[in-house]
Amino acid sequence: MDLWVGIFVTVGFAALLFLAMKVGNMSGYSVGDGYTVHAYFDNVGGLKVRAPVKSAGVVVGRVAEVKFDNKRFEADVVLKIDRRFQFPKDTSASILTSGLLGEQYIGLEAGGDDQMIKDGEAFTITQSAVVLEKLIGQFLYSKASEDDSAKK
Amino acid sequence: MNAIADTLRFLGNYVTTNVFRLGYATRLFLLTLLYSGESFRRFRLVLRELYSIGVLSLIIIMVSGLFVGFVLGLQGYNTLERYGSEQALGILVALSLVRELGPVVTALLYAGRAGTAITAEIGLMKATEQLSAMEMMAVEPMARVVAPRFWAGVISMPLLAALFSTMGVFGGYIVGVVLIGVDEGAFWSQMQASVDFHEDIMNGVIKSVVFAVAVTAIALVEGYDSKPTAEGVSRATTRTVVTSSLVVLFLDFILTSLMFTS
Repeated sequence: MDLWVGIFVTVGFAALLFLAMKVGNMSGYSVGDGYTVHAYFDNVGGLKVRAPVKSAGVVVGRVAEVKFDNKRFEADVVLKIDRRFQFPKDTSASILTSGLLGEQYIGLEAGGDDQMIKDGEAFTITQSAVVLEKLIGQFLYSKASEDDSAKK
Repeated sequence: MNAIADTLRFLGNYVTTNVFRLGYATRLFLLTLLYSGESFRRFRLVLRELYSIGVLSLIIIMVSGLFVGFVLGLQGYNTLERYGSEQALGILVALSLVRELGPVVTALLYAGRAGTAITAEIGLMKATEQLSAMEMMAVEPMARVVAPRFWAGVISMPLLAALFSTMGVFGGYIVGVVLIGVDEGAFWSQMQASVDFHEDIMNGVIKSVVFAVAVTAIALVEGYDSKPTAEGVSRATTRTVVTSSLVVLFLDFILTSLMFTS
C-alpha cells in the first residue's frame, strides 16, 4: 500500500514536471538578469507583453511593457534584453510577424556604432508594425494614380 | 387563505432547513481543519486514504485523460485544418486541457469515483453506529475518520489533474502527430511558446485544489449528515454527486473569470 501511494505521488509530480517543462515554457527562454531599453513606435499592431525580442532570429529578450507615451503620442515599448547581449547605439528595432498569421515579435538589427546602448536608453531607429488595412489602402491609391497617368 | 399560509410555511421550512444545513456544513468543515493537526501526526491514516482515494482513481483518470486527448486531437484538427493552421493543434490541446478540462473533468470523475465512496463509507459507519462507538471510546471521529479523508482528497486531486492533462496531451500527440501527421516540431514548439507556467499551469493547479476542497468537503458533510438508514445513505450518495458536480462547474466559471480575463 505504501509502495502504491509512493508511486502515485511520484507519478503525479512527474506529470506536473512534464507539464511545466515540456508543455509550458519553464524550460524556455526567460530573462533573469537583463537591462531595459525603450523603443518608440508609431504603431505596435498586435504586439503583446512577453513577446520575444529577436536578433538574427535568436531570442535575446522579451517585451516587458507596452504603454502609450502621451508626450510623444507614440507607443513606448520597454524591452528587457539579456545582459549577455550588447547592442550598438544605432541598432534598429522593428515589429515583425512570424509567418502570415503568427505572433508578432521585435527584431533587432545591429548597426555599426562602437558605443553600446545602456540601461534605460532608447533605440532611435524603429519601424512600426505593418497594418494590413494601411497597406491595402496604399496599394489601391498607387493603383488608382497609375490608372490616371495611363489615361493621360 | 390556507393555501397561502401553506406556501409560506413550505418556504419558511425550506429556508430554515437549508440555512441549518449550511451552518452544519460550515461547522463540520471548520472542525475538520481544527482536527487536521492530529491526522497529520498520525500520517498513516492519511496514507491509507491516499491509497483508496488517489491510487484507486488512477486508472479511470488516466484512461479518461487519454481519450479526451484523442477527441481533442481529432476535433481540433478538423476545425483548424479549415483555416490552414493545423500546427496550432498543440496549443489547442494543451491550453484546453491545462486550463479547463484537466481540473474540471478530474473533479467530476473524482466526485463520482472517490466522493461517493467517502459519503457511503461514512454514512454506513454512522448507520452501523461505528462513529458513536468511537465517541464512546473517546476517539474523536473528526480526527480519526473525517480529517484524514479530507487531506487525502486535497493532496491527490492536483496530482490526478496533472496526470489527466499529461495523458490528454499524449492523446492529442498520438492522434495529431502519429496518426494524422501534423508536424511534430510545430506541435511541441507552438505549445511551449504559448502555454505559460504561471498563467496557465499554476492556475490550473489552483483550480484543482479549490475543486478538491469543495468536492471532498461536500462528500464528507453529506456522509456525516446522512440519515442512518439504507435509504438515507443512498440519498446522501446521490446528493454528493449532484451537489459537487454543480458546485465544481459554478466555481469553475468564477475562477475562470477571475484568472483568465485580463
